[in-house]
Amino acid sequence: MNHFPELWGRPRDDVYGPYNSSYLKSTGPKTHTQSPAVTGTSVVAVKFNGGVAIAADNLASYGSLSRFTDVKRLRVFGESAVVGFSGDVSDMQYIDRLLESIDIRENYSTHGNLLNAKNLHTYLSKVFYKRRSDFNPLWNHILVAGFDGDKKPFLSSADLLGTTYSGPHLATGFGAHLAVPILRRLFPEEKPIEEITKEDAVSALRECLKVLWYRDARSLDKYSIAIITEDGVELNEDQKLEEQSWAFAESIKGYGAQVV
Amino acid sequence: MMSAMGHQSQNGTIGYSFGTPTTAPHKEHSFYPYTDNGGSTLGITGEDFAILAGDTRSVAGYNINSRYSPKVFKIGGEDDTGENAHIILSVVGFAADGHALKERLDAIVKMYKYQHGKPMSVRACAQRLSTILYSKRFFPYYVTAILAGLDEEGKGALYSYDPVGSYEREQCRAAGSAASLIMPFLDNQVSFKNQYIPGSGEGHDLQAKKKELLPMGTVEHLVKDAFTSAVERHIEVGDGLQMMVITKSGIEEKYFPLKQD
Repeated sequence: MNHFPELWGRPRDDVYGPYNSSYLKSTGPKTHTQSPAVTGTSVVAVKFNGGVAIAADNLASYGSLSRFTDVKRLRVFGESAVVGFSGDVSDMQYIDRLLESIDIRENYSTHGNLLNAKNLHTYLSKVFYKRRSDFNPLWNHILVAGFDGDKKPFLSSADLLGTTYSGPHLATGFGAHLAVPILRRLFPEEKPIEEITKEDAVSALRECLKVLWYRDARSLDKYSIAIITEDGVELNEDQKLEEQSWAFAESIKGYGAQVV
Repeated sequence: MMSAMGHQSQNGTIGYSFGTPTTAPHKEHSFYPYTDNGGSTLGITGEDFAILAGDTRSVAGYNINSRYSPKVFKIGGEDDTGENAHIILSVVGFAADGHALKERLDAIVKMYKYQHGKPMSVRACAQRLSTILYSKRFFPYYVTAILAGLDEEGKGALYSYDPVGSYEREQCRAAGSAASLIMPFLDNQVSFKNQYIPGSGEGHDLQAKKKELLPMGTVEHLVKDAFTSAVERHIEVGDGLQMMVITKSGIEEKYFPLKQD
């Protein structure tokens, strides 16, 4: 005991060692999310005649640990728009909350024009771009599926840098390497989307998820799939991959291109 | 008055940790706010027209993001159709910055028309674009921009920029990933560099070929040739060629497929 009451009850350095207060550091550069923590892997989507189909598995990984196996990464917005998220899950939840508040505000508004998928994509890409410009990125890569202002099927992507692009079929993450080539073979870009049926699109997505499950170590065989048509969104969140077989592996020689 | 800390350390008996942060090493920012989306653009002017063209591929590393992602935009037109626009802009480099830059310039040219009751001249727009780029001198828009239109005399006008706003009016310019492949071709075919009049003299007496502005058909042909050649030698260029031709009767947009490999 000493004569300084403000010291009483504090851990003594000679007993506990000096307290490391570096985490309380108030000087130096402001730090933000510098890397994602809990992440979701690929999202895949295809346009078809009269709509768009989008799918993602139900896994949230913590590095190489399969941390949460029941995470829904497809979020429905309004009547006919779906956002598929890959990347940081907490940022996904933040964006989801953001979208919820917009949806409520839009529903209470008097103008009556509800936001379509194209509007939603423009909005989200600007949120991403603003945050990357502030050096405080939302660590996601998203696909937005639904309809544009002319009621035509809409599919577009936006990422943490604010980069946007669209196409008849898109995939994020590992899907960009594994799913896109499958989709390009099934639905060549010169083939009009009017010639692609809903059933073809959905079975193609299931095939892509199966390949991802075979080869992407951060994937799961439980997945969600959303089919967006003029009638609305049909969302199935507890799907299971079926008819898996490694039989094809026997015929693979070398890196795959080799035939003899 | 002596502080508690001072007292303790002077005595050197028992130390307590107060809010003196031990110095932690500065953490490096691992987030890099840019990416290169590849592609190339090209602009050439003639007597009474200007052409701006760009391929439509968007890449990320070895991946093709999209086969149709335009890099050439109409500026200051009505609503999102771009009708009645009289200026065109091409941006190549980081696509998100390119988009933001295009939106900003488009809004400015529109506001100019509302406030002054007349369309902005290409010269004024060119200076304004430079100011916009320079205003982000220390966190630049990572793009190479080319602006085209018709000047006050109705002649083709082309302005090219660097990412921080240095600009220059030119006859022709190639930008983007295949600029180093296309620009020498343009120097030779548009500016007639290294072209001489046959038999006009020996050695240094050789007469250089006279400068002349090319007709529209020839220019369009050169643009197509430049891109088909760039596609052969650069992996980030391909899929489609988007071309905008600006004359006194307006802007005509054209599209030609390129190789998709």
